Parts: sequence; C-alpha cells; structure tokens
Amino acid sequence: MSWRVDWQASVGLLGTGLKYLAVTMFVPLFVAVVYMEDIWVFALSILLVTALGFVLEQVDPDPDIGAREALVFVSLAWLTAAVVGTVPYLLAGFGTSSTLADPVNALFESMSGFTTTGATVMGQISLEQHSHALLIWRQLTQWLGGMGIIVLMIAILPEVAVNGAQLMASEAPGPELQKLTPKIAETARVLWLIYFGFTIAYVVVMYGLHLAGFAPNMNLYNAVAHGFTTLPTGGFSPQAESIAYFSAAVQWAAIPFLVVAGVNFALFWHVLKGEVDVMLENAEFRAYTGAIAVTTALLSLLLVRGAAPPLDIGGVTGGVTENTIRQAAFQIASLLNSTGYATSDFAQWDTHAQVFLLFVMFIGGSAGSTGGGVKVVRWLVVFKTIRRELYTTAHPDVVKPVRLTGSVVDEDAVRGIAAFTLLYILLFGFSAVFISLDTARIGIELTTLEAVSASLATIGNIGPGFGRLGPFGNYVFFSDASKLLMTFLMWVGRLEIVPVLAVFVSALDSD
Amino acid sequence: MRIVIVGAGEVGSTVAASLADGHEVVVIDLDSDRVDTLTYSLDVLAVEGDGSSLGTLREAGIDDADLLIACTDDDETNIVSCGTAKTISDAFTIARVRNTKYLDTWNQSEGALGIDLMVGTNLLAAQSIVRVVGLPGAEDVDRFADGLIQMAEFRITDETSLTGMSVAEADTFDSLTFAAIIRDDEVVIPSGDTCLRDGDDIVMIGSPESISDFAQMIEPNVDGISDVLVVGGNEIGFEIAKLLGEQGIPHRLVEPDPERARSLSETLPKTTVLRNDPTDQEFLRRERIDEVDVAIATLGSDERNLLSALLSKRLGANRSIAVVEDGDYSDLFEAVGVDVAISPREAIAEEITRFTREQHAENVAIIEDDRAEVLEVEVDTDSVLIDRPIRESIKELPDGVVIGAIARDGTYVIPRGDTVIEEDDHIVVFVAEHIVEETLEAI
Repeated sequence: MSWRVDWQASVGLLGTGLKYLAVTMFVPLFVAVVYMEDIWVFALSILLVTALGFVLEQVDPDPDIGAREALVFVSLAWLTAAVVGTVPYLLAGFGTSSTLADPVNALFESMSGFTTTGATVMGQISLEQHSHALLIWRQLTQWLGGMGIIVLMIAILPEVAVNGAQLMASEAPGPELQKLTPKIAETARVLWLIYFGFTIAYVVVMYGLHLAGFAPNMNLYNAVAHGFTTLPTGGFSPQAESIAYFSAAVQWAAIPFLVVAGVNFALFWHVLKGEVDVMLENAEFRAYTGAIAVTTALLSLLLVRGAAPPLDIGGVTGGVTENTIRQAAFQIASLLNSTGYATSDFAQWDTHAQVFLLFVMFIGGSAGSTGGGVKVVRWLVVFKTIRRELYTTAHPDVVKPVRLTGSVVDEDAVRGIAAFTLLYILLFGFSAVFISLDTARIGIELTTLEAVSASLATIGNIGPGFGRLGPFGNYVFFSDASKLLMTFLMWVGRLEIVPVLAVFVSALDSD
Repeated sequence: MRIVIVGAGEVGSTVAASLADGHEVVVIDLDSDRVDTLTYSLDVLAVEGDGSSLGTLREAGIDDADLLIACTDDDETNIVSCGTAKTISDAFTIARVRNTKYLDTWNQSEGALGIDLMVGTNLLAAQSIVRVVGLPGAEDVDRFADGLIQMAEFRITDETSLTGMSVAEADTFDSLTFAAIIRDDEVVIPSGDTCLRDGDDIVMIGSPESISDFAQMIEPNVDGISDVLVVGGNEIGFEIAKLLGEQGIPHRLVEPDPERARSLSETLPKTTVLRNDPTDQEFLRRERIDEVDVAIATLGSDERNLLSALLSKRLGANRSIAVVEDGDYSDLFEAVGVDVAISPREAIAEEITRFTREQHAENVAIIEDDRAEVLEVEVDTDSVLIDRPIRESIKELPDGVVIGAIARDGTYVIPRGDTVIEEDDHIVVFVAEHIVEETLEAI
C-alpha cells in the first residue's frame, strides 16, 4: 500500500494552528502581568511561537487537506503543540533548579498537559517554586487539549471547516464522528460552547463556595486553575496536594463535574434542545453512569472494611463515615474517566484496593467526551460481540446483529472496535515490559503495580499510577528513554492510536 | 437556507456539493456507506434512513427547512417524500421524476401531490437534445425570454471556417454577442482582436435567427435537418421522438426489444420504429446511416451509448449525440469523437440552481461543467444597471461578466455601450462561475 500524502499542506496548516496557539498564551501573560512574575517568559514565548507559525505557513500558504493529510495533520498538530508547549517551561526553568529546564522533562510535562493525562515530572509543585503564570499555562494546556485543539481550529477557522469532518473524526474520542448540525464548524462551536459553559459553571460554584466560607483555600486563582483541568479530565493541579488541599465541600461539589466530563458532550446538546430522552436512553450514558455507581459502591465497601490505613492525605477511612463514602466516590469519579485528581493517597492503600482501582482505570470515559482510555462504548460493543460469539457457538444458524441504543452497529465498526481494543491492550502490555526493563537498567526496580500503572496511566491519559507514581508521586526518576516512550503513549492514547500510526506508515512509505 | 436532500445518488450528491458552500444541507439516504462517504467528503449532515418516512424527515430537521429536494432514482419515493414533508413543513418542495406521466398530472394543477416544482429529467434531457439537433454544429442550446433570445455553444475545429479568424472578423451578425471562449478549461472574455483557435468552445448569445445563421456559417454543408436516427427506445428516446415529431423533423427510432418497439410504434404515430440490434453494423448500413444528419444514442447505459455513438460516426453519420448518465464522462465522450454528450443530470442541476439562488434568476444555463453560467435576470430598481448606459454600469461589475442580450416588452434589444437598461428589462448575461453570487447581488 502506498501512501501519497501532501506533507506541505499539513505543515502549512500547522503554521496557521501555531499562530492561534500563540494567542492562547496571552492568558498566562495576563496572569504574569497581574502577579508581576515571568512576564518576559510569556512575551518571548508568544513571539517565538508566532514566528514559527508564520514560517511554517509559508510551506503551503493555501493548504488542501484530504483524508490522508487530515490524519497526518492531526497527529503532527498534537506533537507540535506539545513541543511548542515546552517553550514557557524551558524559558522559565532556564538557570534554575527546576526539573522542567530539561527538554525531555519539559516535553513530557507538555504532552501530559495537552493530552489531559496529568502525569507530572515537575520536581516541586508549589507557587513558591514556580510562578502563577507558569502553573496556569500548565493548567491551560489541559483545557485546550480537552475538547481538542483541532475542534477549536474547526470552530474558528473557516478554511479548516471544508475538510473539518475528517480532521474532527481523527481527533474526537470514540469510534465514530457525530455531526450535530449540517455545518461541521457549527458542531465544533456547539461542543466548545457546552465545554466552556461547564467550565464557567465550575469556576462559579467553586468561587461561590469560597465566598460563602465553605472553601477557605479555593481562591479565584485556584477556582480558575481547577476549572481548566476538571472538564477536560486533566488532573493537573497547582497545589501539591491536589484536591485534598481543599475542603470536603469542594470535593463533593467537584464530583458531579468530574462525572459530566466523562459524558458524551453531544448528549448535552440534545438536553439543551429539550430532548432529555436522548440522553437517558443512550446505552453508553447508562453504562457509564451505571459503572460509576457500581464501582463506587464496591470501593466504599472495601474502604468500609478497612482497605486504607489512616493517612496524612485522605484521613481516616473505615466504617460508614462521610469521609469513607467521599473518598470512594471521588476516587472513582476521578479515575474511571481518566481525570487523575486525588483526595486520598491511594498509592498507600492495601493492594486489593489498588488492583480494584487499576481495573476501574481501564474503563475510560465516553465517546465524544474529554475522557481517555478505551471508552465505554467500545467495551459495550466488545462485550456484546463476545456474548454473540458464545451464543452463535450454541446456535450456529442464528443471525444476530450487535445493537446499541436500539440501532444496529455496522459489522465493519464491530471489527474496527475489536481491533482497536486489542491494539490498545498489546501496546499497553509491551510498554509495561519495556518500562520495567529500562528502569531496571538504570538500577531502579519497579513493582508490578508500578510498571503496569506507568504504562496504563500514560496510554489511558489518566495520570497517576501506584507506588512511586501515586497521585502525590512523580515520574521524574524514569530514564529519558522511558519518559519518551510514555510521551509517545500519551500522544497515541489521546488520538486513539490510528492517526499516529498513519503518520509513521506514510513517513516510511514516502520516497 | 436549510435544505434537505432526499437521495445521495449522483444527482443528490452533485446538488449537495454545489449547495453545501452557502447553505445548511442535510442529505438523507438509505445506504449507510453513502451516508458515511458524504459525511467526510462534504460539509453536510448525512442522515441514514428512508426519505419518505416522517421520522427520518423529522430527524433531518424538515420542520424548519426552507427547501426539500427529492432526487432519488425512484419517482414514487420522490413524490411521496415531498407529500410527506408538506404535512409538517412549509418547505418549498422539488421532486425529480423520470416518468412524464407524473409530470402531466402535476402540470394539470401546480402544487399537486405536495410538490411545488416537479422536474422531469427525461423530458428536460430530451428537450436539450432536440434543441441541439435543430442547430447544426452546436454543443449546447438554451432558450431565454420565452424564446426571444438563444444561447448556443459551438466548438471551433480545424474543419470549421472560423479557425484563425479574430472575433471581430467572425462576429458579422448584428443581433449576436460573442460572449465568451472556453479555452483549455479557462473562461476567456474575448475582445475584438482575440483569435479563435482549434479546440475553443465559443458561447454565443443572440436572437434565434442570428444564431442559426451563425451556425450555417460554421457548418455550411448542412442544409436543414431532414434525417435523424434515434438509437434506443427508452424513456428519453421516446421523449426525443415525440418532440421531433411535434417539430416535424423526419426521424427513425431503433429499439431491440420487440414488445417495446411495438408499443412505441403505437404511441408515436409520426415515428418510423425499427426493431433490430442497434449495434448491428450490417443493419445500420442497410438503413443508410451514412446519410443520416444526426444519430442520437440513448440506450440506457454509458458504455452502450458510447459504443453506439462512435459506431454511427464511424459508419458515416454526420453528427452523433450521446446521452451520458454520469455527467463526469461528458468531457471524455467528446474527447474520443462523440460530437455532443448530454447529461440528464445537468438538466436537473440547472433547474435546482435556478430555485436555490437567493435572488431568483428567471433562467439558468450551466456552461461546461459549471465553469460559467448564462443567466436571465429581470432588472429591478435596485440594480446597478438601471437607467444607465451599459458602458458606465459595466465598470461596477466584476471582470468576467458579459451582457449578451436584452428583451424589452417582447422585442429584442441589442446591447451596446450606449444602450440604457430600463426597469423590467430581461437581460441575458454570461457570468464566470466564481463571480456568480457577486454579480447577482449587483444586478
């Protein structure tokens, strides 16, 4: 198979994208001006990125994006965004002891941001060590990556809209594209507006709690910073103690937003149009909320039976107390859809509770949400297909389509989903082996849970793992090789593997 | 405008592609593969389902649609889709039908069956073929202003006497405007000293008499049309024979199927119906095809039409016209030696374009795969043209616009630099494709 890809077109459009990415850096620049810190870092970043954008744009000033160019463009756009995202980290870290002054670390952190993973190599997360502006940039990368940088481009750039459907299909999580309106740009705008609306609502609720006296630590800066990372299922926090730094009221109030972040945003559009039924009858929505309910109940049971020791972060659990239920509900809402916030140091829980959380991490958000992982809809199809296989073994003559929310899933789609899920698990397995061998090479022995969670937390865009990689731990001790592999896994995981592999296939094939 | 299109076949997707730019388009089709393809290839919403069911139409948002175009391959589906849509929506409905009997019914009372505009593709195709038959050398002929003005497209070849002449030399008729030259896919607006080359297509606008005199000049050997052979007795062939009969042009029709041939001969009293294999060379020679003025191939499939048209030409027919179902092949047909290829799909596209333009043009003719359009527009008081000599007003129109002819109170007016355009004049303009919207805005 030969791939004929117009690289110039992809690169040219990339230039346009970068110019707009530079515009988003005005947000941290504004914060920098307010706090009078790191102003030159962001001013210089904006100049550099804009200049690079202009240069790339010259490669093909009038790009014509076809199906293959769309795949290449989407993958390259995410890689480039991650690379460009390192500029503020590198500039701010220059000449300091910050771990982000190292390019590999900066790339890891930036990719972890844009892909809404939330794994960190930042040596010390504190507003003493880093500026407010730099930490808000870190939060902002997750917000941009959540609904998708390409979807944002489609929403605002008319020239991208022509082939927007292909671009959006390559970026949007889930097996297929859902168009809500005839114009793809309109669909993109609707999705971003819903996303924006929920973000505003989050900030208002959190700052409201602060003003009402229920959340002493949730000042405006923290409310906005966490607003940037809750809806995109990101998980970064400018506070070293993540959400555990805030009061119980904040934690309870965050749970519904975490749940919402893993729901297909198209369903909210139907709700806004008054079609609440569409949401309630949606098979994936039911499965997703059902899974949250069941796993929360099970985890509560484990915690009630004393699966967690008394902890500095997370407090005393055991018995039916408010704290026990809250810890169970928050951890599930945060880990099931790949957000990665924590209110308890679950890396110190008993092994059986950790294995249970590992299982929960496999589920992922819904298609069309901002969540990572395999996605609920794929698991539904996989299970229904397996059930059909078993059934047809007993009744060889039966003809039985796979159904979802009443409509038949195309057999090609079934095959595609099965192949994706298998590929995902293979990639996860091989990477776990590589990470564990490579880390042993530099003289550090990982536990099984650590090795497995390092791989899963990055490919699933979750963030925290277990052991040293726990919610209050750090990925900084890995070798550069492992960090680069994990950076690759985050990239592949966010774009759901295929677009990225397409780039490599086309790169190998082009002469 | 929000436009719902039922049927994503060739007609449907062509129409969707041309409308997707300026409108919100929703396309309905039964075939999930087509729906998939369309989702990615065009900026439209593609819905899988049956366009004649209320549920699917609702899903496509018919409630607040402005226009419904039903153009599946099935007449009944198209008619029912329009009728169904009318039950819950005020959208203007357009149905494409092949069978002329439905068109007859609809003509009895416009708006019948819930259809605001019925477009009979077979009839339209037959009409454009017969127009071309009547004008030797022409590739495309359209009538404007109730027949007062004609547009015709001719090909300049080495055999025609015009090659090498300048436009000023060739343009010897008073009421004739040399509107444009299509050269190597480019639209060229000619000036007096532009030279005509082999392979040019020229677009002429003028009175029917001057157009036909011009045709005479290009093809001096042809002296009227006295012998037409229609190869194929399908619906289009039938319509062609009927129209030729009405105009008194002598013609014969070949149909291989005995029963069909019989029924054709019963319904077409003025037609000589021959029953034989239309690709049998012996038979064609026997019928003296070498003396035929025009042979028209309409056998139902592009392959057979191409074969038949090339065969007629080879055996000595003066001119061959082929029906081409897949509009994309028009150029190919003409490149390999068919004189004129006419697509029924283009006919419906013209009709639909006419109705979807924001500012209604009275008539539209699409030139060479939509590289340009010839439009008939009634001038109103908002126009930049009104009450001014053309010499002045033309400066405010974009390059690529030519005012070809004016019809005023049923008389033909020759547009010259000092002609003043008045209210209610019908003007026929040639407009390059990329400036159509801009031009319509101004005039």
